[in-house]
Amino acid sequence: MTAYIIRRLIYAIPILIGVNLITFVLFFVVNAPDDMARMHLGEKRVTEEAIQTWKREHGYDRPLLYKTDASGLARFTDTIFFEKSIRLFVFDFGSSDNGRDIGYDISQRMWPSLAVAIPVLLVGLAFNISYALFIVFFRATYVDIGSVVLLVGMMSISGLFYIIGGQFLLGKLFHLVPISGYDTGLEAWKFLILPVIVGVIGGIGAGTRWYRTLFLEEISKDYVRTARAKGLSERRVLFRHVLQNALIPILTGVVVVLPLLFMGSLITESFFGIPGLGSYTIDAINSQDFAIVRSMVFLGAVLYIVGLILTDISYTLVDPRVRLSS
Amino acid sequence: MRSIERFDIRRRLLLGVAAILLAGCGEAPWNDPYPANDATGNRVYSSFAERPKHLDPARSYSADEYAFLAQIYEPPLQYHFLLRPYRLVPLTALEVPEPAYFDADGNLLPQDAPAESIYRSEYLIRIQPGIRYQPHPAFATNDSGDYRHHALTARDLRGIKQLGDFEQTGTRELTAEDYVHQIKRLAAPWTHSPIAGVMQKHILGFDEYAQGLAEAAETDPLQRVARLRSSEIAGVEVVDPYSYRIGVKGKYPQFAYWLAMPFFAPMPWEAEVFYAQPGLRERNIMLDWYPVGTGPFMLGENNPNLRMVLERNPNFRGEPYPSEGMPGDAESGILADAGRPMPFIEEAIYSLEKESIPRWNKFLQGFYDSSGIASDAFDQAVQIDAGGEPVLTDAMRERGISLLTSVEPSVMYMGFNMLDPVIGGDSERARLLRRAISIAVDFEEFISIFTNGRGLVAQGPIPPGIFGYREGEAGINPFAYEWIDGRVVRRSLDEARVLMEQAGYPGGRDQATGRALTINYEAIATGPDDRARLNWIRKQFAKLGIELVIRSTDYNRFQEKIRNGTGQVFMWGWNADYPDPENFLFLLYGPNGKVEHQGENASNYANPEFDRLFNAMRFMDDGPERQAAIDRMVEIARTDAPWLWGFNPKAFSLHHQWMYNASPNQMANNTLKYRRVDPELRERLRRDWNTPILWPLWAIGGLLLVIILPALWLVWRRERSTAL
Repeated sequence: MTAYIIRRLIYAIPILIGVNLITFVLFFVVNAPDDMARMHLGEKRVTEEAIQTWKREHGYDRPLLYKTDASGLARFTDTIFFEKSIRLFVFDFGSSDNGRDIGYDISQRMWPSLAVAIPVLLVGLAFNISYALFIVFFRATYVDIGSVVLLVGMMSISGLFYIIGGQFLLGKLFHLVPISGYDTGLEAWKFLILPVIVGVIGGIGAGTRWYRTLFLEEISKDYVRTARAKGLSERRVLFRHVLQNALIPILTGVVVVLPLLFMGSLITESFFGIPGLGSYTIDAINSQDFAIVRSMVFLGAVLYIVGLILTDISYTLVDPRVRLSS
Repeated sequence: MRSIERFDIRRRLLLGVAAILLAGCGEAPWNDPYPANDATGNRVYSSFAERPKHLDPARSYSADEYAFLAQIYEPPLQYHFLLRPYRLVPLTALEVPEPAYFDADGNLLPQDAPAESIYRSEYLIRIQPGIRYQPHPAFATNDSGDYRHHALTARDLRGIKQLGDFEQTGTRELTAEDYVHQIKRLAAPWTHSPIAGVMQKHILGFDEYAQGLAEAAETDPLQRVARLRSSEIAGVEVVDPYSYRIGVKGKYPQFAYWLAMPFFAPMPWEAEVFYAQPGLRERNIMLDWYPVGTGPFMLGENNPNLRMVLERNPNFRGEPYPSEGMPGDAESGILADAGRPMPFIEEAIYSLEKESIPRWNKFLQGFYDSSGIASDAFDQAVQIDAGGEPVLTDAMRERGISLLTSVEPSVMYMGFNMLDPVIGGDSERARLLRRAISIAVDFEEFISIFTNGRGLVAQGPIPPGIFGYREGEAGINPFAYEWIDGRVVRRSLDEARVLMEQAGYPGGRDQATGRALTINYEAIATGPDDRARLNWIRKQFAKLGIELVIRSTDYNRFQEKIRNGTGQVFMWGWNADYPDPENFLFLLYGPNGKVEHQGENASNYANPEFDRLFNAMRFMDDGPERQAAIDRMVEIARTDAPWLWGFNPKAFSLHHQWMYNASPNQMANNTLKYRRVDPELRERLRRDWNTPILWPLWAIGGLLLVIILPALWLVWRRERSTAL
């Protein structure tokens, strides 16, 4: 397994270079270094001299990808792309264009994101799986049909509606929880109730339908018939056999998103005033802070790759037939 | 043994849960977003939508940042809180400085000397003795008088995550040298001050000083500070510990307004040295994030992702509340605190609230003391009475909320690129075409549809409240409006069509080619709301048969087009730096053209007579002569019509009944010190308005039982049923 993981990590290097290059190109197609300087220096009374000074101080006075008047390797290394990218591979995110330390900001902002994302994931997973098993138990009955209609309806509603509706009902109308805000330590719990409820409810439609499909696929297999023939109750068949065998696709969906929980959710964090990483990237795009954008995209790519590796490893844990070989 | 451990764990868990529940079920409303012990504090609760980018007074140039900065840093002057028109009064200065004028030989000139004879002006600024800085680790000294925190090692920084982690703080008296040091910082290329370019034109020796610092830009931060301390700007000098002198090129009466902006606030060198040390930047402890001032407040908590807290500066001298106001102010009660030392509050908590809906709802629940009005909440808060005046709705009045409105010193205009061969230029054809469009684009309708009536149609470049603005019939733009029965009435479309015909575009078709006149409109479109606005603009031009091509783009490309002069028509705005007509008329001054001179004249308008008058007007004191010059300039601009004058936005703000001394002042940013609150009333009303409604919880519980119990029964029955 170790050799497999090492091989996957080596494969990740060109992927990360590619992601970094694409981010770089997309960012600079929209924002020229001069635009970035103007954004950071303010809208009024910006002089050309100030722009050039800002670019020089922040390392944006070099060519983007290729320096024609240099020789040898310097043609590639004395460029914005190389200077701004190479340190990422040792997870040195450097400073934002505002001068703030990005690594420090990430370490501060990932906790509020996790405080929302983990309960949403766990409660949502428990509820959706239970509900999906319940539907499968009553498959091809009115319970099944009614539930599918309900789930499709829930899927069709925008996430924003759940947020605004939740804030209106629980926060504004019934005064049960704060409409928005956040705090540290124990004080945080009352701010998490509403986003977690909204997150769970918002995910029921798609999540339960997906699990229902998985379970229905499993339930028609031979081993289930065998289990029933042995006289096991339907409940035991579902929870002991079907659920266990459906774990691989469930894990594929769940483990891969585990590392990405760090990245937070833009809309949820924005509406509930949660100071997580979700809004960090969007704020950076709006303020044309390339240093943060590249760091967050790079981090997202790394976490996604880690998630995929973890998924592969988790297969070996739930299915003894799976072996990771080099 | 194991069961005892398990019991212990369970007990701890239960205690933990109970503690959490008790923490939430205290006396405060359940939906209170603040800690329970905040309930009756003498605080102001507010919000901010955009996190500040800079809190360094040399760099910051945004209203969002001034909301914090202006409470902390104190420039020598400020605007009077209540008197209108806006008037400069001393803040840390002893008096508003009167400039002394000198000719090229250094001879003192009389105050009424002609501007062209004045080689330099000198502003001697005398500051009040005894003003002290807020407590700050940069000033902390040991027993031998050495600075404790000016040579920090890695060991000293262990456990330091934010500024508050430094246990030792100190203070010292404000001196004139601090003001001079800040002016040097404005010149330093590494500070990136947005007004460095402007000051180069005005402060004597500023440009040379900035060039002399170019080498120092390559050195480390500590060396940069040393370089600033060891060098002098030729035109700026410390006279004695409580006075300093600034030399200004020629005559520049508007310079006094700059002295009321945070750019000219004092900066103690100790703070610069402190923040320049290695190891602090990595912890985001920087001057750009942790201000050091003499103002009534200091930054207690700096978490721009969540909350900014301003705490009362214990070293603040206690400035008296103003005792002069406008007619009616005494009756309204806003002078009730006259002469009392400010500030009145202990703390101000600003919570990050990016979305307007939660911000508005929390204001209604009493968790914010004041609020603006978002478009989607406008009808809920305000209605227009029979006289066309905005009044509060019954729901707002029942809550004791008050509404304050004022016209902002801003202009939103539609500009024509005067370099464009079709729409621009000095020809009579183009002038008539622009005037026709001026009539057709109905800004009254625009204000009504897109700003909920929060605006005043502009008749010229100068907004109300600024010297030179004229009201009534004398103030209308005669090319687009008429004065009928004491009212301003927009000229008819027929007149516009006649103008089109005279311009050679009858029915919107080019007489020479027979083709429809097509004009490009440069737009920044970011969302669905923009589509409605752009459609509206297209329809306005279509009234004259003009085909408007909307060229939507992002803000970067939009700016690029304006800089390069490739656009034809666009909409832009300007917010006053200071309340002087020069700050608006310079937007039409030829040598300030965007394309040729990279200035702020985005329409690249140039008229020799206008420019000549501008050069005379800028040096005049307010009075009939200046008014006459402005009248003529406005008349020239209206005749040439380089802009559709657009509108001046109106600011609407709502305040709860426990908030006192709220008065709209669009120029002053340091208004927090005037605020007074009644925390007991706020607390009582918050409780009344936020009693938790519990029946939905029981209803949901009941509903779940109704669903779950039959389901369980079904499961039970199914498992026990036979196959046949």
